[in-house]
Amino acid sequence: MSVHDIGEGADDIISKIKLMAPTSHLRGYLICSRGIIWREVLRFLHQRERFFSALVRPLVWLFIFAAGFRNVLGVSIIPPYQTYVLYETYVTPGLVGMILLFNAMQSSLSMVYDRETGAMRTLLVSPFPRWFLLFSKLIGGVTVALLQVYVFLAIAYFWEIEPDGPPLALGLHMGEAFYGFVIPAPFNGYITVLPALVLAGLMLGAIALFMSSVIKQLENFAGVMNFVIFPMFFASSALYPLWRIKETSPILFEICKVNPFSHAVELIRFAFYGQIDTTSLIIVTGFTFAFLGAAVYAYNPSKGLIARRGGS
Amino acid sequence: MDATVETIQETKTNALEVDNVSHSFGTTQVLDNVSLCVPRGCFTVLLGPNGAGKSTLFALITRLYDNVSGEIRLLGMDVRRRPSLALSRLGVVFQSRTLDLDLSLAQNLAYHASLHGIPRAQAKTRAKFALSRVELEKRAHDKVRNLSGGQTRRVEIARSMMHEPNLLLLDEPTVGLDVAAREGVISLVRKLVRDKGLGVLWATHLIDEIEPTDNVVVLHKGKVLFSGTVPQLQEKTGETDLADAFRSMTGLSQLEME
Repeated sequence: MSVHDIGEGADDIISKIKLMAPTSHLRGYLICSRGIIWREVLRFLHQRERFFSALVRPLVWLFIFAAGFRNVLGVSIIPPYQTYVLYETYVTPGLVGMILLFNAMQSSLSMVYDRETGAMRTLLVSPFPRWFLLFSKLIGGVTVALLQVYVFLAIAYFWEIEPDGPPLALGLHMGEAFYGFVIPAPFNGYITVLPALVLAGLMLGAIALFMSSVIKQLENFAGVMNFVIFPMFFASSALYPLWRIKETSPILFEICKVNPFSHAVELIRFAFYGQIDTTSLIIVTGFTFAFLGAAVYAYNPSKGLIARRGGS
Repeated sequence: MDATVETIQETKTNALEVDNVSHSFGTTQVLDNVSLCVPRGCFTVLLGPNGAGKSTLFALITRLYDNVSGEIRLLGMDVRRRPSLALSRLGVVFQSRTLDLDLSLAQNLAYHASLHGIPRAQAKTRAKFALSRVELEKRAHDKVRNLSGGQTRRVEIARSMMHEPNLLLLDEPTVGLDVAAREGVISLVRKLVRDKGLGVLWATHLIDEIEPTDNVVVLHKGKVLFSGTVPQLQEKTGETDLADAFRSMTGLSQLEME
Protein backbone atom coordinates (compact mmCIF):
# COMPACT_ATOMS: atom_id res chain seq x y z
CA MET A 1 0.00 0.00 0.00
CA SER A 2 1.46 3.32 -0.98
CA VAL A 3 1.63 6.16 1.44
CA HIS A 4 0.71 8.48 -1.41
CA ASP A 5 -2.52 6.64 -2.03
CA ILE A 6 -4.78 9.59 -1.29
CA GLY A 7 -8.32 9.30 -2.52
CA GLU A 8 -9.73 11.68 -5.05
CA GLY A 9 -11.23 14.97 -4.07
CA ALA A 10 -9.08 15.59 -0.99
CA ASP A 11 -9.42 19.35 -1.47
CA ASP A 12 -13.14 18.98 -1.59
CA ILE A 13 -13.16 17.20 1.76
CA ILE A 14 -10.89 19.75 3.32
CA SER A 15 -13.25 22.54 2.38
CA LYS A 16 -16.15 20.58 3.83
CA ILE A 17 -14.29 19.90 7.07
CA LYS A 18 -13.47 23.58 7.21
CA LEU A 19 -17.19 24.36 7.22
CA MET A 20 -17.95 22.06 10.11
CA ALA A 21 -14.80 22.72 12.15
CA PRO A 22 -15.59 24.24 15.56
CA THR A 23 -12.93 26.86 14.96
CA SER A 24 -14.87 28.27 12.03
CA HIS A 25 -17.26 30.29 14.16
CA LEU A 26 -17.04 32.55 17.19
CA ARG A 27 -19.56 30.47 19.11
CA GLY A 28 -17.13 27.56 19.13
CA TYR A 29 -14.54 29.73 20.86
CA LEU A 30 -17.05 30.83 23.49
CA ILE A 31 -18.12 27.25 24.18
CA CYS A 32 -14.52 26.15 24.48
CA SER A 33 -13.42 28.86 26.86
CA ARG A 34 -16.58 28.54 28.97
CA GLY A 35 -15.86 24.81 29.30
CA ILE A 36 -12.27 25.37 30.43
CA ILE A 37 -13.30 27.98 33.03
CA TRP A 38 -16.15 25.78 34.25
CA ARG A 39 -13.76 22.87 34.78
CA GLU A 40 -11.36 25.02 36.81
CA VAL A 41 -14.19 26.19 39.07
CA LEU A 42 -15.62 22.67 39.45
CA ARG A 43 -12.25 21.24 40.34
CA PHE A 44 -11.69 23.98 42.88
CA LEU A 45 -15.06 23.41 44.52
CA HIS A 46 -14.24 19.72 44.82
CA GLN A 47 -11.02 20.41 46.66
CA ARG A 48 -12.44 21.62 49.94
CA GLU A 49 -9.05 21.65 51.70
CA ARG A 50 -7.67 23.93 49.05
CA PHE A 51 -10.54 26.36 49.48
CA PHE A 52 -10.15 26.23 53.23
CA SER A 53 -6.41 26.78 53.32
CA ALA A 54 -6.64 29.47 50.67
CA LEU A 55 -8.95 31.33 53.00
CA VAL A 56 -7.26 30.62 56.31
CA ARG A 57 -3.87 31.84 55.13
CA PRO A 58 -4.77 35.53 54.61
CA LEU A 59 -7.12 35.48 57.60
CA VAL A 60 -4.30 34.37 59.89
CA TRP A 61 -2.25 37.27 58.59
CA LEU A 62 -5.10 39.68 59.07
CA PHE A 63 -6.28 38.60 62.51
CA ILE A 64 -3.00 37.69 64.13
CA PHE A 65 -0.07 39.27 62.33
CA ALA A 66 -1.78 42.57 61.56
CA ALA A 67 -3.29 42.83 65.02
CA GLY A 68 0.11 42.35 66.59
CA PHE A 69 1.73 44.80 64.26
CA ARG A 70 -0.88 47.49 64.70
CA ASN A 71 1.13 49.33 67.31
CA VAL A 72 4.58 48.52 66.01
CA LEU A 73 4.11 49.89 62.55
CA GLY A 74 2.47 53.27 62.19
CA VAL A 75 1.36 54.11 58.70
CA SER A 76 1.53 57.76 57.72
CA ILE A 77 -0.91 59.32 55.36
CA ILE A 78 0.08 58.25 51.87
CA PRO A 79 -2.13 58.04 48.79
CA PRO A 80 -4.69 56.65 48.30
CA TYR A 81 -5.42 57.06 52.01
CA GLN A 82 -6.72 60.43 53.18
CA THR A 83 -6.54 59.81 56.90
CA TYR A 84 -4.42 57.72 59.19
CA VAL A 85 -5.39 54.11 58.63
CA LEU A 86 -5.03 51.11 60.85
CA TYR A 87 -2.43 48.59 59.84
CA GLU A 88 -5.18 46.06 59.12
CA THR A 89 -6.58 48.39 56.52
CA TYR A 90 -3.18 48.94 54.98
CA VAL A 91 -2.36 45.24 54.74
CA THR A 92 -5.71 44.07 53.29
CA PRO A 93 -4.87 44.85 49.61
CA GLY A 94 -1.56 43.08 50.17
CA LEU A 95 -3.35 40.01 51.48
CA VAL A 96 -5.72 40.13 48.51
CA GLY A 97 -2.59 40.13 46.35
CA MET A 98 -1.33 37.17 48.35
CA ILE A 99 -4.48 35.20 47.56
CA LEU A 100 -3.97 35.93 43.87
CA LEU A 101 -0.29 35.00 44.10
CA PHE A 102 -0.82 31.69 45.90
CA ASN A 103 -3.65 30.81 43.61
CA ALA A 104 -1.62 31.53 40.49
CA MET A 105 1.32 29.47 41.73
CA GLN A 106 -0.95 26.63 42.73
CA SER A 107 -2.61 26.50 39.34
CA SER A 108 0.81 26.66 37.71
CA LEU A 109 1.89 23.70 39.75
CA SER A 110 -1.26 21.84 38.86
CA MET A 111 -0.31 22.47 35.25
CA VAL A 112 3.06 20.82 35.74
CA TYR A 113 1.17 17.96 37.32
CA ASP A 114 -1.30 17.95 34.43
CA ARG A 115 1.60 17.78 32.03
CA GLU A 116 3.05 14.79 33.81
CA THR A 117 -0.24 12.93 33.96
CA GLY A 118 -1.22 13.84 30.43
CA ALA A 119 -4.23 16.01 31.34
CA MET A 120 -2.40 18.92 29.72
CA ARG A 121 -2.29 16.94 26.51
CA THR A 122 -6.06 16.49 26.43
CA LEU A 123 -6.25 20.27 26.55
CA LEU A 124 -3.63 20.79 23.86
CA VAL A 125 -5.20 18.36 21.34
CA SER A 126 -8.21 20.63 21.17
CA PRO A 127 -8.50 22.12 17.67
CA PHE A 128 -8.56 25.66 19.04
CA PRO A 129 -5.36 27.71 18.85
CA ARG A 130 -2.95 27.07 21.66
CA TRP A 131 -2.75 30.68 22.83
CA PHE A 132 -6.53 30.67 23.16
CA LEU A 133 -6.53 27.47 25.22
CA LEU A 134 -3.82 28.76 27.55
CA PHE A 135 -5.52 32.13 27.90
CA SER A 136 -8.82 30.45 28.73
CA LYS A 137 -7.06 28.40 31.38
CA LEU A 138 -5.63 31.60 32.81
CA ILE A 139 -9.08 33.18 32.97
CA GLY A 140 -10.30 30.03 34.71
CA GLY A 141 -7.57 30.39 37.34
CA VAL A 142 -8.42 34.07 37.83
CA THR A 143 -12.11 33.21 38.25
CA VAL A 144 -11.24 30.77 41.03
CA ALA A 145 -9.01 33.40 42.67
CA LEU A 146 -11.79 36.00 42.51
CA LEU A 147 -14.12 33.67 44.40
CA GLN A 148 -11.54 33.42 47.17
CA VAL A 149 -10.85 37.15 47.24
CA TYR A 150 -14.48 38.11 47.64
CA VAL A 151 -15.08 35.59 50.40
CA PHE A 152 -12.02 37.03 52.15
CA LEU A 153 -13.27 40.61 51.67
CA ALA A 154 -16.65 39.62 53.05
CA ILE A 155 -15.04 38.28 56.22
CA ALA A 156 -12.83 41.37 56.48
CA TYR A 157 -15.95 43.51 56.12
CA PHE A 158 -17.41 41.98 59.26
CA TRP A 159 -14.08 42.75 60.95
CA GLU A 160 -14.83 46.34 59.93
CA ILE A 161 -12.06 46.55 57.39
CA GLU A 162 -13.64 48.19 54.44
CA PRO A 163 -12.70 50.68 51.73
CA ASP A 164 -14.21 54.14 52.13
CA GLY A 165 -13.62 55.84 48.82
CA PRO A 166 -16.00 58.43 47.38
CA PRO A 167 -19.41 57.02 46.42
CA LEU A 168 -19.62 55.52 42.97
CA ALA A 169 -22.24 57.18 40.80
CA LEU A 170 -23.59 55.16 37.90
CA GLY A 171 -25.88 57.10 35.66
CA LEU A 172 -26.33 60.32 33.70
CA HIS A 173 -26.08 63.93 34.77
CA MET A 174 -28.67 66.08 32.98
CA GLY A 175 -28.01 69.61 34.07
CA GLU A 176 -28.71 69.68 37.78
CA ALA A 177 -30.53 66.39 37.77
CA PHE A 178 -28.90 62.97 38.10
CA TYR A 179 -30.49 59.84 36.70
CA GLY A 180 -29.08 56.59 37.96
CA PHE A 181 -27.95 55.26 41.30
CA VAL A 182 -25.15 55.92 43.72
CA ILE A 183 -23.24 53.09 45.30
CA PRO A 184 -21.98 54.03 48.76
CA ALA A 185 -18.87 52.83 50.53
CA PRO A 186 -17.75 50.14 51.04
CA PHE A 187 -19.58 48.47 48.13
CA ASN A 188 -18.21 50.96 45.61
CA GLY A 189 -14.72 49.74 46.47
CA TYR A 190 -15.69 46.12 45.94
CA ILE A 191 -16.84 47.04 42.44
CA THR A 192 -13.97 49.34 41.42
CA VAL A 193 -11.40 46.81 42.63
CA LEU A 194 -12.72 44.12 40.28
CA PRO A 195 -10.84 45.20 37.11
CA ALA A 196 -7.65 45.58 39.16
CA LEU A 197 -8.10 42.08 40.57
CA VAL A 198 -8.62 40.64 37.10
CA LEU A 199 -5.55 42.37 35.70
CA ALA A 200 -3.32 41.52 38.66
CA GLY A 201 -4.60 37.93 38.58
CA LEU A 202 -3.84 37.69 34.87
CA MET A 203 -0.31 38.95 35.40
CA LEU A 204 0.47 36.54 38.22
CA GLY A 205 -1.22 33.75 36.29
CA ALA A 206 0.87 34.51 33.21
CA ILE A 207 4.07 34.44 35.29
CA ALA A 208 2.98 31.11 36.76
CA LEU A 209 2.00 29.75 33.36
CA PHE A 210 5.43 30.57 32.04
CA MET A 211 6.99 28.93 35.10
CA SER A 212 4.93 25.80 34.50
CA SER A 213 6.48 25.45 31.07
CA VAL A 214 10.00 25.85 32.41
CA ILE A 215 9.75 23.72 35.56
CA LYS A 216 10.90 20.29 34.50
CA GLN A 217 9.27 18.14 37.06
CA LEU A 218 6.82 18.44 39.80
CA GLU A 219 8.91 19.70 42.65
CA ASN A 220 7.21 20.15 45.94
CA PHE A 221 5.35 23.30 46.67
CA ALA A 222 7.98 24.30 49.24
CA GLY A 223 10.48 25.05 46.48
CA VAL A 224 8.15 27.44 44.73
CA MET A 225 7.26 28.92 48.12
CA ASN A 226 10.87 29.63 49.07
CA PHE A 227 12.12 30.86 45.75
CA VAL A 228 9.11 32.60 44.23
CA ILE A 229 6.23 33.30 46.59
CA PHE A 230 8.11 34.49 49.67
CA PRO A 231 10.57 36.78 47.87
CA MET A 232 7.79 38.26 45.77
CA PHE A 233 5.53 38.74 48.76
CA PHE A 234 8.03 40.12 51.27
CA ALA A 235 9.97 42.33 48.86
CA SER A 236 6.85 44.26 47.98
CA SER A 237 4.55 46.94 49.30
CA ALA A 238 2.09 44.31 50.55
CA LEU A 239 3.13 44.41 54.23
CA TYR A 240 4.78 47.81 54.60
CA PRO A 241 4.85 51.03 52.61
CA LEU A 242 7.91 51.30 50.43
CA TRP A 243 9.14 54.55 52.01
CA ARG A 244 9.72 52.63 55.21
CA ILE A 245 11.91 50.14 53.39
CA LYS A 246 13.82 53.00 51.80
CA GLU A 247 14.82 54.24 55.26
CA THR A 248 16.32 50.85 56.04
CA SER A 249 17.82 49.70 52.77
CA PRO A 250 17.93 51.66 49.50
CA ILE A 251 18.83 48.50 47.58
CA LEU A 252 15.87 46.59 48.91
CA PHE A 253 13.76 49.59 48.05
CA GLU A 254 14.86 49.38 44.42
CA ILE A 255 14.15 45.65 44.36
CA CYS A 256 10.69 46.23 45.76
CA LYS A 257 10.07 48.88 43.15
CA VAL A 258 10.79 46.57 40.22
CA ASN A 259 8.91 43.65 41.78
CA PRO A 260 5.76 43.25 39.67
CA PHE A 261 3.91 42.05 42.75
CA SER A 262 4.34 45.50 44.37
CA HIS A 263 2.58 47.03 41.42
CA ALA A 264 -0.17 44.44 41.50
CA VAL A 265 -0.77 45.32 45.17
CA GLU A 266 -0.69 49.08 44.53
CA LEU A 267 -3.08 48.70 41.61
CA ILE A 268 -5.50 46.87 43.91
CA ARG A 269 -4.96 49.31 46.80
CA PHE A 270 -5.81 52.36 44.67
CA ALA A 271 -8.71 50.63 42.95
CA PHE A 272 -10.25 49.96 46.37
CA TYR A 273 -10.63 53.69 46.71
CA GLY A 274 -11.86 54.24 43.19
CA GLN A 275 -8.50 55.50 41.94
CA ILE A 276 -6.12 54.36 39.23
CA ASP A 277 -2.39 54.13 39.90
CA THR A 278 -1.19 54.79 36.36
CA THR A 279 2.40 53.59 36.83
CA SER A 280 1.23 50.29 38.29
CA LEU A 281 -1.40 49.90 35.61
CA ILE A 282 1.20 50.26 32.87
CA ILE A 283 3.70 47.96 34.56
CA VAL A 284 1.15 45.24 35.39
CA THR A 285 -0.25 45.32 31.86
CA GLY A 286 3.26 45.14 30.41
CA PHE A 287 4.26 42.18 32.56
CA THR A 288 1.01 40.39 31.69
CA PHE A 289 1.67 40.61 27.96
CA ALA A 290 5.37 39.79 28.28
CA PHE A 291 4.85 36.64 30.33
CA LEU A 292 1.80 35.55 28.38
CA GLY A 293 3.84 35.85 25.19
CA ALA A 294 6.69 33.88 26.75
CA ALA A 295 4.30 31.16 27.92
CA VAL A 296 2.62 30.83 24.52
CA TYR A 297 6.08 30.65 22.98
CA ALA A 298 7.11 27.95 25.43
CA TYR A 299 4.01 25.89 24.68
CA ASN A 300 4.30 26.38 20.92
CA PRO A 301 4.85 22.97 19.33
CA SER A 302 7.63 24.01 16.98
CA LYS A 303 9.62 26.54 18.99
CA GLY A 304 8.59 25.44 22.40
CA LEU A 305 10.66 24.30 25.28
CA ILE A 306 8.64 21.09 25.52
CA ALA A 307 9.95 19.98 22.17
CA ARG A 308 13.52 20.80 23.05
CA ARG A 309 13.37 18.98 26.30
CA GLY A 310 11.62 15.96 24.93
CA GLY A 311 9.19 15.52 27.80
CA SER A 312 5.70 14.35 27.14
CA MET B 1 -23.68 18.57 9.09
CA ASP B 2 -24.54 14.89 9.16
CA ALA B 3 -24.50 14.79 5.39
CA THR B 4 -20.99 16.19 5.50
CA VAL B 5 -19.88 13.50 7.89
CA GLU B 6 -21.23 10.97 5.47
CA THR B 7 -19.35 12.48 2.55
CA ILE B 8 -16.16 12.12 4.53
CA GLN B 9 -17.05 8.54 5.40
CA GLU B 10 -17.50 7.66 1.76
CA THR B 11 -14.24 9.02 0.39
CA LYS B 12 -11.16 6.93 0.00
CA THR B 13 -8.83 9.39 1.71
CA ASN B 14 -6.71 7.63 4.30
CA ALA B 15 -7.37 8.47 7.93
CA LEU B 16 -3.67 8.95 8.61
CA GLU B 17 -0.55 9.15 6.52
CA VAL B 18 2.88 9.52 8.03
CA ASP B 19 5.49 10.29 5.45
CA ASN B 20 9.27 10.07 6.05
CA VAL B 21 9.15 11.51 9.53
CA SER B 22 12.34 11.66 11.56
CA HIS B 23 12.71 13.15 15.00
CA SER B 24 15.52 13.66 17.48
CA PHE B 25 15.81 14.88 21.03
CA GLY B 26 19.20 16.50 21.18
CA THR B 27 21.55 13.95 19.65
CA THR B 28 19.30 10.95 20.22
CA GLN B 29 17.38 10.00 17.13
CA VAL B 30 14.03 8.64 18.23
CA LEU B 31 12.31 8.28 14.87
CA ASP B 32 14.21 7.46 11.70
CA ASN B 33 12.40 8.04 8.42
CA VAL B 34 9.09 6.63 9.61
CA SER B 35 6.31 6.14 7.06
CA LEU B 36 2.99 4.47 7.69
CA CYS B 37 -0.60 4.69 6.70
CA VAL B 38 -3.90 4.01 8.43
CA PRO B 39 -6.76 3.52 5.95
CA ARG B 40 -10.25 4.39 7.08
CA GLY B 41 -12.20 1.51 8.61
CA CYS B 42 -8.95 -0.26 9.38
CA PHE B 43 -7.55 -1.44 12.68
CA THR B 44 -3.81 -0.83 12.45
CA VAL B 45 -1.53 -2.17 15.15
CA LEU B 46 1.63 -0.21 15.85
CA LEU B 47 3.76 -2.93 17.36
CA GLY B 48 7.00 -2.17 19.09
CA PRO B 49 8.83 -2.67 22.36
CA ASN B 50 8.91 0.08 24.97
CA GLY B 51 11.22 2.82 23.78
CA ALA B 52 10.65 2.06 20.09
CA GLY B 53 9.39 5.61 19.52
CA LYS B 54 5.65 4.97 19.64
CA SER B 55 4.91 7.73 22.13
CA THR B 56 7.06 10.21 20.23
CA LEU B 57 5.20 9.41 17.04
CA PHE B 58 1.92 10.00 18.88
CA ALA B 59 3.21 13.29 20.27
CA LEU B 60 4.00 14.40 16.72
CA ILE B 61 0.60 13.34 15.34
CA THR B 62 -1.21 15.11 18.18
CA ARG B 63 1.06 18.13 17.69
CA LEU B 64 2.49 18.23 21.16
CA TYR B 65 5.57 19.11 19.20
CA ASP B 66 6.11 19.63 15.51
CA ASN B 67 7.64 17.19 13.11
CA VAL B 68 10.78 18.81 11.79
CA SER B 69 11.06 16.61 8.72
CA GLY B 70 8.54 14.68 6.64
CA GLU B 71 4.82 15.13 6.63
CA ILE B 72 1.90 13.93 8.75
CA ARG B 73 -1.54 14.06 7.16
CA LEU B 74 -4.94 13.46 8.67
CA LEU B 75 -7.64 12.87 6.04
CA GLY B 76 -5.16 14.37 3.62
CA MET B 77 -4.61 17.50 5.74
CA ASP B 78 -1.09 18.36 6.83
CA VAL B 79 -1.12 18.70 10.64
CA ARG B 80 1.41 21.53 10.51
CA ARG B 81 -0.33 23.55 7.84
CA ARG B 82 -3.91 22.95 9.03
CA PRO B 83 -3.56 22.05 12.70
CA SER B 84 -7.08 23.07 13.72
CA LEU B 85 -8.81 21.12 10.97
CA ALA B 86 -6.64 18.07 11.46
CA LEU B 87 -7.06 18.03 15.24
CA SER B 88 -10.83 18.43 14.90
CA ARG B 89 -10.95 15.04 13.13
CA LEU B 90 -8.68 13.28 15.64
CA GLY B 91 -9.54 11.34 18.80
CA VAL B 92 -6.85 10.27 21.26
CA VAL B 93 -6.62 7.89 24.19
CA PHE B 94 -3.37 8.64 25.97
CA GLN B 95 -1.29 6.09 27.78
CA SER B 96 -1.65 7.82 31.13
CA ARG B 97 -5.10 8.31 32.62
CA THR B 98 -6.26 11.78 31.75
CA LEU B 99 -9.75 12.05 33.26
CA ASP B 100 -10.45 14.33 36.22
CA LEU B 101 -10.86 11.86 39.06
CA ASP B 102 -13.02 14.10 41.24
CA LEU B 103 -15.45 14.98 38.48
CA SER B 104 -18.26 12.75 37.30
CA LEU B 105 -18.23 10.87 34.00
CA ALA B 106 -20.77 13.30 32.58
CA GLN B 107 -18.72 16.31 33.68
CA ASN B 108 -15.58 14.87 32.10
CA LEU B 109 -17.39 14.33 28.82
CA ALA B 110 -18.93 17.80 28.95
CA TYR B 111 -15.48 19.32 29.40
CA HIS B 112 -14.16 17.43 26.41
CA ALA B 113 -17.16 18.42 24.30
CA SER B 114 -16.49 22.07 25.04
CA LEU B 115 -12.87 21.66 23.98
CA HIS B 116 -14.30 20.74 20.61
CA GLY B 117 -16.81 23.59 20.58
CA ILE B 118 -19.85 21.33 20.83
CA PRO B 119 -22.90 23.24 22.15
CA ARG B 120 -24.23 22.13 25.54
CA ALA B 121 -27.52 20.53 24.42
CA GLN B 122 -25.81 18.56 21.69
CA ALA B 123 -23.01 17.60 24.06
CA LYS B 124 -25.53 16.13 26.50
CA THR B 125 -27.14 13.92 23.87
CA ARG B 126 -23.78 12.79 22.58
CA ALA B 127 -22.48 12.04 26.08
CA LYS B 128 -25.50 9.90 26.79
CA PHE B 129 -25.01 8.01 23.57
CA ALA B 130 -21.25 7.69 24.06
CA LEU B 131 -21.70 6.29 27.57
CA SER B 132 -24.33 3.82 26.44
CA ARG B 133 -21.95 2.66 23.74
CA VAL B 134 -19.40 1.74 26.42
CA GLU B 135 -22.17 0.41 28.71
CA LEU B 136 -21.60 2.93 31.46
CA GLU B 137 -24.68 5.13 31.10
CA LYS B 138 -25.86 4.18 34.60
CA ARG B 139 -22.63 5.50 36.09
CA ALA B 140 -22.88 8.92 34.39
CA HIS B 141 -23.03 10.82 37.68
CA ASP B 142 -20.44 8.78 39.55
CA LYS B 143 -17.00 10.17 40.14
CA VAL B 144 -14.30 8.73 37.89
CA ARG B 145 -12.36 7.88 41.06
CA ASN B 146 -14.88 5.13 41.79
CA LEU B 147 -14.42 3.33 38.47
CA SER B 148 -12.23 0.32 37.77
CA GLY B 149 -9.26 0.53 35.42
CA GLY B 150 -11.15 -1.05 32.53
CA GLN B 151 -14.15 1.21 33.06
CA THR B 152 -11.90 4.29 33.10
CA ARG B 153 -10.42 3.25 29.77
CA ARG B 154 -13.88 2.76 28.32
CA VAL B 155 -14.86 6.26 29.45
CA GLU B 156 -11.73 7.60 27.78
CA ILE B 157 -12.76 5.88 24.57
CA ALA B 158 -16.28 7.27 24.90
CA ARG B 159 -14.74 10.69 25.42
CA SER B 160 -12.48 10.43 22.40
CA MET B 161 -15.53 9.62 20.24
CA MET B 162 -17.60 12.61 21.43
CA HIS B 163 -16.61 14.79 18.49
CA GLU B 164 -16.98 11.94 15.98
CA PRO B 165 -13.38 11.76 14.80
CA ASN B 166 -12.23 9.88 11.72
CA LEU B 167 -8.98 8.73 13.27
CA LEU B 168 -8.55 7.29 16.75
CA LEU B 169 -5.10 6.97 18.31
CA LEU B 170 -4.64 4.71 21.32
CA ASP B 171 -1.31 4.59 23.12
CA GLU B 172 -0.92 1.26 24.96
CA PRO B 173 -4.55 1.37 26.09
CA THR B 174 -4.57 -2.06 27.75
CA VAL B 175 -1.55 -1.58 30.02
CA GLY B 176 -2.44 -2.41 33.59
CA LEU B 177 -5.77 -4.02 32.78
CA ASP B 178 -6.77 -7.56 33.70
CA VAL B 179 -7.63 -10.05 30.97
CA ALA B 180 -11.38 -9.46 31.00
CA ALA B 181 -11.10 -5.68 30.98
CA ARG B 182 -8.54 -5.88 28.20
CA GLU B 183 -10.89 -8.00 26.09
CA GLY B 184 -13.67 -5.49 26.71
CA VAL B 185 -11.58 -2.54 25.56
CA ILE B 186 -10.27 -4.26 22.44
CA SER B 187 -13.65 -5.53 21.28
CA LEU B 188 -15.14 -2.10 21.89
CA VAL B 189 -12.61 -0.41 19.62
CA ARG B 190 -12.93 -3.11 16.99
CA LYS B 191 -16.68 -2.56 16.97
CA LEU B 192 -16.13 1.17 16.42
CA VAL B 193 -13.92 0.37 13.44
CA ARG B 194 -16.63 -1.84 11.94
CA ASP B 195 -19.62 0.38 12.72
CA LYS B 196 -18.23 3.84 12.16
CA GLY B 197 -15.57 3.26 9.53
CA LEU B 198 -13.07 4.67 11.96
CA GLY B 199 -9.35 4.47 11.27
CA VAL B 200 -7.55 3.21 14.37
CA LEU B 201 -3.86 3.28 15.22
CA TRP B 202 -3.38 1.00 18.22
CA ALA B 203 0.06 1.15 19.78
CA THR B 204 1.03 -1.88 21.81
CA HIS B 205 3.86 -4.19 22.69
CA LEU B 206 1.51 -7.16 23.08
CA ILE B 207 1.53 -9.46 20.06
CA ASP B 208 -1.61 -11.35 21.10
CA GLU B 209 -3.68 -8.20 20.55
CA ILE B 210 -3.26 -8.62 16.78
CA GLU B 211 -6.02 -10.24 14.74
CA PRO B 212 -5.54 -11.81 11.28
CA THR B 213 -7.49 -9.04 9.56
CA ASP B 214 -5.43 -6.21 11.05
CA ASN B 215 -2.76 -4.11 9.45
CA VAL B 216 0.52 -4.25 11.31
CA VAL B 217 3.34 -1.73 11.53
CA VAL B 218 6.45 -2.95 13.34
CA LEU B 219 8.45 -0.13 14.89
CA HIS B 220 11.82 -0.93 16.40
CA LYS B 221 14.49 1.52 17.53
CA GLY B 222 12.74 4.32 15.66
CA LYS B 223 12.59 2.46 12.35
CA VAL B 224 9.66 0.85 10.57
CA LEU B 225 10.73 -2.74 9.98
CA PHE B 226 7.48 -3.86 8.45
CA SER B 227 4.19 -2.38 7.32
CA GLY B 228 1.38 -4.45 5.84
CA THR B 229 -1.23 -7.13 6.53
CA VAL B 230 -0.80 -10.13 8.81
CA PRO B 231 -0.47 -12.64 5.91
CA GLN B 232 2.19 -10.39 4.37
CA LEU B 233 4.06 -10.39 7.68
CA GLN B 234 3.90 -14.18 7.83
CA GLU B 235 5.04 -14.44 4.23
CA LYS B 236 7.93 -12.03 4.70
CA THR B 237 9.33 -13.77 7.74
CA GLY B 238 8.34 -17.33 6.80
CA GLU B 239 6.83 -17.80 10.26
CA THR B 240 3.16 -18.59 10.88
CA ASP B 241 3.29 -17.74 14.56
CA LEU B 242 3.31 -13.94 14.98
CA ALA B 243 5.58 -14.04 18.02
CA ASP B 244 8.13 -15.99 15.98
CA ALA B 245 7.72 -13.62 13.06
CA PHE B 246 8.35 -10.70 15.35
CA ARG B 247 11.37 -12.33 16.92
CA SER B 248 12.96 -13.11 13.60
CA MET B 249 12.50 -9.47 12.62
CA THR B 250 13.76 -7.73 15.74
CA GLY B 251 15.70 -10.40 17.54
CA LEU B 252 13.54 -9.74 20.59
CA SER B 253 11.29 -12.18 22.34
CA GLN B 254 7.90 -11.12 23.70
CA LEU B 255 9.34 -11.06 27.20
CA GLU B 256 12.12 -8.73 26.24
CA MET B 257 9.64 -6.27 24.82
CA GLU B 258 8.20 -5.42 28.19
